[in-house]
Amino acid sequence: MPTLIIDGNEIDVQDGSTVLQACEEAGIEIPRFCYHQKLSIAGNCRMCLVELEKAPKPIASCAMPAADGMIIRTNTPSVKKAREGVMEFLLINHPLDCPICDQGGECDLQDQAMAYGRDSSRFGETKRAVKDKDIGPLVGTIMTRCIHCTRCIRFGEEIAGVEEMGAIYRGEHMEIGTFLEKSVKSELSGNLIDLCPVGALTSKPYAFTARPWELKKTETIDAMDAVGSSIRIDTRGREIMRVLPRLNEEVNEEWISDKTRFSCDGLKYSRLDRPWVKKDGQLTEATWDESFNAIKNKLSTLKPTQIAALVGNIVECESIFALKQLMTNLGSPHIDCRQDSTPFDNEYRASYIFNTGIAGIDQTDAILLVGTNPRLEAPIINARIRKRSLQSNFSIGLIGNDVDLTYKYDNLGNTPAILDEIIKGNNPFSSILNKAKKPMLIIGQGALSRDDGRGILQKCRIIAEETGMIQENWKGFNVLHTAAGRVGALDIGFLPGTNGFNTNEILDQAQKDSIKLVYLLGADEIKTNTLENTFVIYQGHHGDAGAKVADVILPGCAYTEKDGTWVNTEGRVQKATAASQPPGDAKEDWSIIRALSDYIEGELSFDSLTDIRSTMTKEIRVLGLIDKQSPGNWGTFGEDCTIQNKLPFKLPIDNFYLTDPITRASPTMTKCTETFYSNRIRENVTDG
Amino acid sequence: MLKDQDRIFTNLYGLNNWSLKSALIRGDWDGTANLISKGQDWIINELKDSGLRGRGGAGFPTGLKWSFMPKEEKNDRPHYLIVNADESEPGTCKDRDIMRHDPHKLIEGCLLAGFSMRAHIGYIYIRGEFYEESQRLQIAIDEAYDAGLIGKNACGSGWDFDLYLHRGAGAYICGEETGLIESLEGKPGRPRLKPPFPAGAGLYGCPSTVNNVETIAVTPTILRRGAGWFSSLGRPKNSGTKLFCISGHVNEPCNVEEEMGIPLKELIDKHAGGVRGGWDNLLAVIPGGSSVPVIPKSICDEVLMDFDSLIEVKSGLGTAAVIVMDKSTDIIEAIARLSHFYMHESCGQCTPCREGTGWVYRLMQRLIIGDANINEIDKLEDVVGQIEGHTICALGDAAAWPVQGLIRHFRPELEQRIRKRANDTI
Repeated sequence: MPTLIIDGNEIDVQDGSTVLQACEEAGIEIPRFCYHQKLSIAGNCRMCLVELEKAPKPIASCAMPAADGMIIRTNTPSVKKAREGVMEFLLINHPLDCPICDQGGECDLQDQAMAYGRDSSRFGETKRAVKDKDIGPLVGTIMTRCIHCTRCIRFGEEIAGVEEMGAIYRGEHMEIGTFLEKSVKSELSGNLIDLCPVGALTSKPYAFTARPWELKKTETIDAMDAVGSSIRIDTRGREIMRVLPRLNEEVNEEWISDKTRFSCDGLKYSRLDRPWVKKDGQLTEATWDESFNAIKNKLSTLKPTQIAALVGNIVECESIFALKQLMTNLGSPHIDCRQDSTPFDNEYRASYIFNTGIAGIDQTDAILLVGTNPRLEAPIINARIRKRSLQSNFSIGLIGNDVDLTYKYDNLGNTPAILDEIIKGNNPFSSILNKAKKPMLIIGQGALSRDDGRGILQKCRIIAEETGMIQENWKGFNVLHTAAGRVGALDIGFLPGTNGFNTNEILDQAQKDSIKLVYLLGADEIKTNTLENTFVIYQGHHGDAGAKVADVILPGCAYTEKDGTWVNTEGRVQKATAASQPPGDAKEDWSIIRALSDYIEGELSFDSLTDIRSTMTKEIRVLGLIDKQSPGNWGTFGEDCTIQNKLPFKLPIDNFYLTDPITRASPTMTKCTETFYSNRIRENVTDG
Repeated sequence: MLKDQDRIFTNLYGLNNWSLKSALIRGDWDGTANLISKGQDWIINELKDSGLRGRGGAGFPTGLKWSFMPKEEKNDRPHYLIVNADESEPGTCKDRDIMRHDPHKLIEGCLLAGFSMRAHIGYIYIRGEFYEESQRLQIAIDEAYDAGLIGKNACGSGWDFDLYLHRGAGAYICGEETGLIESLEGKPGRPRLKPPFPAGAGLYGCPSTVNNVETIAVTPTILRRGAGWFSSLGRPKNSGTKLFCISGHVNEPCNVEEEMGIPLKELIDKHAGGVRGGWDNLLAVIPGGSSVPVIPKSICDEVLMDFDSLIEVKSGLGTAAVIVMDKSTDIIEAIARLSHFYMHESCGQCTPCREGTGWVYRLMQRLIIGDANINEIDKLEDVVGQIEGHTICALGDAAAWPVQGLIRHFRPELEQRIRKRANDTI
């Protein structure tokens, strides 16, 4: 532990700290532009210069390792002058366009110019102008504003794994851009906007819409994938203006995916804002009372075993719990949350969560990926794997489609047969797993949502047990979910009861007319054509696949509009906070179910969110442990079954940008699809 | 004046053949294995005793620099010797003559330097424009390989040493040692932050030492003739001989090897045929390549040509490239041309240099015609002061110093021009 004297105060810092970190430790703010704690050190902005006793020149504190006995001064006239000098150099070629710059109000350059700059300009020459670059539909560029801190380049190289960004030309002609004027093809590109200390890289969808000081900021949890990233939602009035990441070292560090960030404009379109009831084959506007009565009338003609309920991907725990109670009270065992027919049950929690936690990736030394493309299914987790892969002693094997994951891996094959090879030790990768101290396996939904899924699950369990993944403090068996609400639904046990049907059976039986009523709670990712002759209640927020076949539509809230509990793929229980109000007559989902229960004698007892939470956490204790990742119990899960050894694994997500009702309604996500997916087709055909 | 028997570069003018056969006659490669057999510590101590200071410009003691290399080579971290032959400092042309007329001095020096820093691999990074020189140097390297002087068991010494020639692409900044290392790795030539210093983490993150061509080329002779001989030449702490490149307004521009500490006037008069129009026609001299501050005639009259004497007069020996300017020179335009050079050659990575060099150039352009206010001279001085010492590498300093020298010694000239223009405009 080196001891330094900073501005006369002695301070001990951790080994490996830099002088800048030491100064921060001592409570002294050091201005900086290029330094970012998650990126490598560039030391090129020179804003962090401080005085080191006995050094002939001021030193860049961000790059200088803190050493014992250093005497640092940060408040001398020469440091002040050096900062003024650097500030002046940065400003001479920076345009004076703050009034029309989106970064205004949250701009590092503005803030630091106020704090450390000179009071007036001495620059009388002409300012430089730089051509803007087109780097895609998400990130807008005004390159004249660029101060060349190279954070964006380092982010691309180190975090996102796309090396398109770079600096070309020299001296004052140096420009940041994509070398070939191509779009930045990354699922994490939006983070460039946050990283850019000035207004050179800004959000295209958010451009010119709001100023930061007029926005209401709500800290909450994302539901666009199963990572459950910590986010901040900025709203003006009812409208969500933008989504930004919050620091959460255990989950998303400081990053969020582009879907998390940019799909929020989908919340403005195709919304269900009032109840609808089908009359004479035609959906017509209705009141809540009319719609509940329509359901009541239908139910009175049915036996309990003729009704079923399905829960969708983006539903929070409280509504799932309420619906489960309702179905139990009505006496139906036909409930399911596994829209993609995965084989999970909730006997052993360890069988369906990401047991090591996302942060566990930092400690592992070998990963076996099975039937997954984490880059599309959970970009944040993929970035974490990439971060690990840049360090030493690490191997990755993939059983699945050969895709660009932004890091190197061994492709072991694409069929379940490889699993057997690994169990029997016939595959070179099994010895890697055996030698590893903390190996892990990540199994994607693509490997499980098939007829032999329960057999694959069993084989993966055996691999985990045989290759030493299951240790006292380390369970290297990880399930990567794609649906934000799935783990919560499994914890609650929204699964077929005794003699209950699963998703596929419910849909089959509905076609055969032995199921006559299906309650879809936000369930859109199913084959709805089998439900054409069934009485369908659709409760959700978007007019998507489920609403199209509905007989009664009950308008609910999107994830941004309700307080709720979510469980991410790690099994981490997190609380979301409503950032805005739902449109029109739409109501919070649990309250809709509660209100309906009065009409149909469903006998639900809770009257408030607090009520439902206390009932829920009493029954499912794990849901009460907020922000914790509770360890799951291990057991013999999975089943023997005939495995189609030659049938390749399919990936659950083909188009990253269009995966759910919200993204399908989002103009930005549509634009991304046009840019990134039609290019792929075109490249194959003509370019060359 | 340096005696002929004390000259190191006996074929500096190419009067004899440059090939191995002739080099052997001149005494190169004589007893190299014997020198190696005395061990690394002996070589480094001998260099320390000789007082040799780096000939690339900064004048860092060479023996000390070599001693920074780790004492043992670890398996996965080879040591590298890198020779900086990217001679781009305006006014300087000494390394070029070494490489074309005496390449074996350099190659032998590489082996000895490589051995003493426990490097089995050496790279010579040669300036891209030196095409002929690179061809010739490559032939010389091949000759040395064929004769068993380098390669496996070099000179029969038991030390393996491979030497590679790498051509640069002509960027001045690649002559900065860490910029050179970046370039050698195949990246854009952008200097690295120090620490870590190359001796700890240099080329490919391995221990490396970068030396100037002249520094390496003089080591075999120093080792053969002894530290005492070398240190007896010149002045204390500024010992030995040095190649001076005299250019500009002299009657006979030339490269010459002279004793350190020779008076500037004697150097110019004896070797370059005097200043054009006589010594009294002298305006100013840039004594060490474009990066060091200019000194006016009054200082030139007395100053000695070595590191410490020139620092005393707030200039520097640099690469010992003496640029002579007589009274026909527009000194402001001359320095403005240098400002243009530094603006053009700035790599652009760090703020003061990227933004400052362009600003300085534009101010200088206006000062040539006097299109400025008197107080803008102070502004210019302040701006160059903000570049100096605030950058990652020394290019910022190099851009600042010529302008500082100009203002220090020629401020009346600057003011007069501004006043004249103001009067003319009225």
